[in-house]
Amino acid sequence: MSKNLVVRFAGEGGQGVVGGAELMAQAAAQGGYHVLTFSTFPSQIKGGPAWGQARISSDPILTPGDYLDVLVCQNQYAYDTNLADLREGGLVVYNSEEFEIPDNSRAIGIAADRMAREAGNPLASTIIMIGAVAAAAGVSIDALEAFIEKRWTRGRASDAAIIQGNITALRMGVEEARKAGLALEELESPPIHDIPRILIRGFEASALGAMAAGVDSFIGYPISPATTMLVYMEQNLVGQDKFVGQASSEIEAIASIVGAGFAGRKAMTSTAGPGLSLMGEGLGLAWMAEIPLVVVDVQRGGPATGLPTKTEQSDFIMAMNPGHGDMSVPVIAPGNMEEAFWASIAAVNWSERYQGPVILLSEASLAERAQDIPMPDLSKIKSESRTVSGGAMQNRRYAGDGVSPFPVPGGAGAYVANGSEHDEQGDTTHLPDVHVTMTNRRFRKLDVLDDGTYEAENTSADIAVLPWGGSKGSARAAWDALHADGVNVGWYYTMYLNPLPAALLAELKSKKLVLVPELNYMGQLAGHLRSLGVNAEAITQYTGLPFKVSDLQAEISRRVQGQ
Amino acid sequence: MSKRNPLYDFKWCPGCGDFGVKVAIEQALARRTAERSESIEKTVIVAGIGCSGNLVHLQEGPQPFGIHGIHGRTLPVAYGIKTGRPDLNVLVVSGDGDFLSIGAEHIGPQARRNLDVTVVVMDNGIYGLTKGQASPTTNVDVVTSTTRYGKLDEKMNPYLFYLGSGVGYVSSQLSTRVKDLSTAIGDAMDYPGFAVVHVQSPCTTYNDTYALLKGDEKQGIEPLAYPIPDSHDSGDLLAAINLVRGERIPIGQIYRRDSESVPSHERLAKAKEQSGVTQVSVKELMDGMLIS
Repeated sequence: MSKNLVVRFAGEGGQGVVGGAELMAQAAAQGGYHVLTFSTFPSQIKGGPAWGQARISSDPILTPGDYLDVLVCQNQYAYDTNLADLREGGLVVYNSEEFEIPDNSRAIGIAADRMAREAGNPLASTIIMIGAVAAAAGVSIDALEAFIEKRWTRGRASDAAIIQGNITALRMGVEEARKAGLALEELESPPIHDIPRILIRGFEASALGAMAAGVDSFIGYPISPATTMLVYMEQNLVGQDKFVGQASSEIEAIASIVGAGFAGRKAMTSTAGPGLSLMGEGLGLAWMAEIPLVVVDVQRGGPATGLPTKTEQSDFIMAMNPGHGDMSVPVIAPGNMEEAFWASIAAVNWSERYQGPVILLSEASLAERAQDIPMPDLSKIKSESRTVSGGAMQNRRYAGDGVSPFPVPGGAGAYVANGSEHDEQGDTTHLPDVHVTMTNRRFRKLDVLDDGTYEAENTSADIAVLPWGGSKGSARAAWDALHADGVNVGWYYTMYLNPLPAALLAELKSKKLVLVPELNYMGQLAGHLRSLGVNAEAITQYTGLPFKVSDLQAEISRRVQGQ
Repeated sequence: MSKRNPLYDFKWCPGCGDFGVKVAIEQALARRTAERSESIEKTVIVAGIGCSGNLVHLQEGPQPFGIHGIHGRTLPVAYGIKTGRPDLNVLVVSGDGDFLSIGAEHIGPQARRNLDVTVVVMDNGIYGLTKGQASPTTNVDVVTSTTRYGKLDEKMNPYLFYLGSGVGYVSSQLSTRVKDLSTAIGDAMDYPGFAVVHVQSPCTTYNDTYALLKGDEKQGIEPLAYPIPDSHDSGDLLAAINLVRGERIPIGQIYRRDSESVPSHERLAKAKEQSGVTQVSVKELMDGMLIS
């Protein structure tokens, strides 16, 4: 029996390869399995190499999976470029109308398009492929049929016909696999779950966290891979006093949420690297004028237009210092689906508490992933709102050496929120001592962000691993394997990257070496840690894809032995 | 320096047109708050960067809220304020550099949304704060520090630009006619939609156009500015375009969209009501994702 099944559907954009993987994952989740999807596609509407991957397991899942058990290929190019990821003994299911694989000892050719057309259900070719995969991998066909029934029961007259058509298609695929006589080890039965689970995508988790934290003004500009969050908000943040808007640019988006935050709203935008670059000056205004807001940066490959639909972790430095001048913007970077939900709440709370901008650093692979997680315990949500002055300070909005009560327009305490250096009333001044006082005040405000938590295991080891963001899963799987092998390495992790939890920083400083796996060339977090006095070394990768667990495991092991 | 805050370290030059605009805004706000029994704190002045933007710190008397942001982005800031808080009266103060050069891209979107804010543009035809560079509205042939051969680029016609961008309310005023200006600003604030009051507000240091605007009989200079004749139909877009096409600057109501003006927040409220869509809680949204 096998614990894991990793299936990749590869072909061209528009051929339903991403949809195929998602359908497979949904069906497996419905059947009780843990699932996690990963997809990669070009920045075009139709065509171009694309693939979607589903990992299905009887155990909880940390990563999309290093190697494939089944590779489904729509064309020769997909076969050629993805074959290297197929594990030894893995199977190929391919579109035999497009190309032929001469050695059929581990490959099943299916003319799925033709079969679907002949069956009068031309849209069902993906389902035929899924049938073949399921049969070959020992996934319960009954469970898949139950899923199809549920998935296409939409209260329409055509439901029964569509369901029957899709079940027929599924069975055609099953039959093809049986004819080929190829099969993998059977998949273990799904686990029994005693708590309710949801199947959620990363951008949904971030958006729902924001809604739970009370975001009521959301203004964004379309950009891959952050558009999904803007769309989710437009569709779901619809209450009477809620506002969701599409700005005319990222420059308009950031300035408008500065306006909204100033006006007393909990304001947010979502963007990706190019947009964050444009938002630099506006973020400086929020820092300078002390206006709460959250910018979600779904990282992609950069710089410039870079790799718009691929994943990377190369915006950390910019997130902390998105604009000119002295500022240190708080950064929270979730590492998995559950954290994505809670990180949004934490980001809004931080922005309200210290009255300034916060960057929520997501990434393509995390935002687009679908995964099953336990239903979050919503009773644990603590939503914070800024302390409103109510005129107690008169017009001295910027008085004091830390966070001061916030005057909301319409109420008492009129002042000028000012992006130029200013005195207590917000009036512009260039006096040296005022700039010193106000700069100190703005940095001192960060002291209230002292509730960041972190994970720490095997803390006595003098070498430790500290991943961040979406690399957490791969790093954890690698660490688990090394730990089981008796390699003495510590584990540290936090999503609170700036400011780092003070106790974590102290621990890291005491280490001989801290290894930081991150998806960028420069080793951005490692460099920052070195500037804080930690002997940190990056383990980098910049392929546009997440780390493979096996690669990380080997590299961590190599670095540990080199010490 | 201001009466309210002696430590404030900015001043306009003597004779600056912006003084007149400041007084006109104070008067218009005083009238508005009295007429509506509305507190002055219900008003927010959104200021851009340039000499004009400093107006927000120089307001005397009862103080509105203010936000003095970054160069060119007054309208985006106003968009965020007004969409989040339709109850606030939002007044934008900007200049020809801030509004028509770096900030020009934001005019069309607000006009099409019909964002219910009023913009007072102080046009002095020059970058004053940076000490005298050409702006979009600097006259052709004028020598500035960045136009050593005289300005070669065509002068922008801001009125045509507004009308072409779909601005539904365009008023043209002079900083020297404070009473008219104050009335125009008050009327623009009452207008339910996006309104621009474009003010010729000369810079005495780098681009003194007072004589050009007023004319000088002795020197034989025809006045550039002239009152819009009563015969002009300000509800007629083509008439408005014809009015502003010439070399001279018409003063008065150039355009006021004839049809009913529905501001963006009312459009949204209506659309929400008609759609019948109601807010679903986070819990309910998550329940929809349950694996059963």
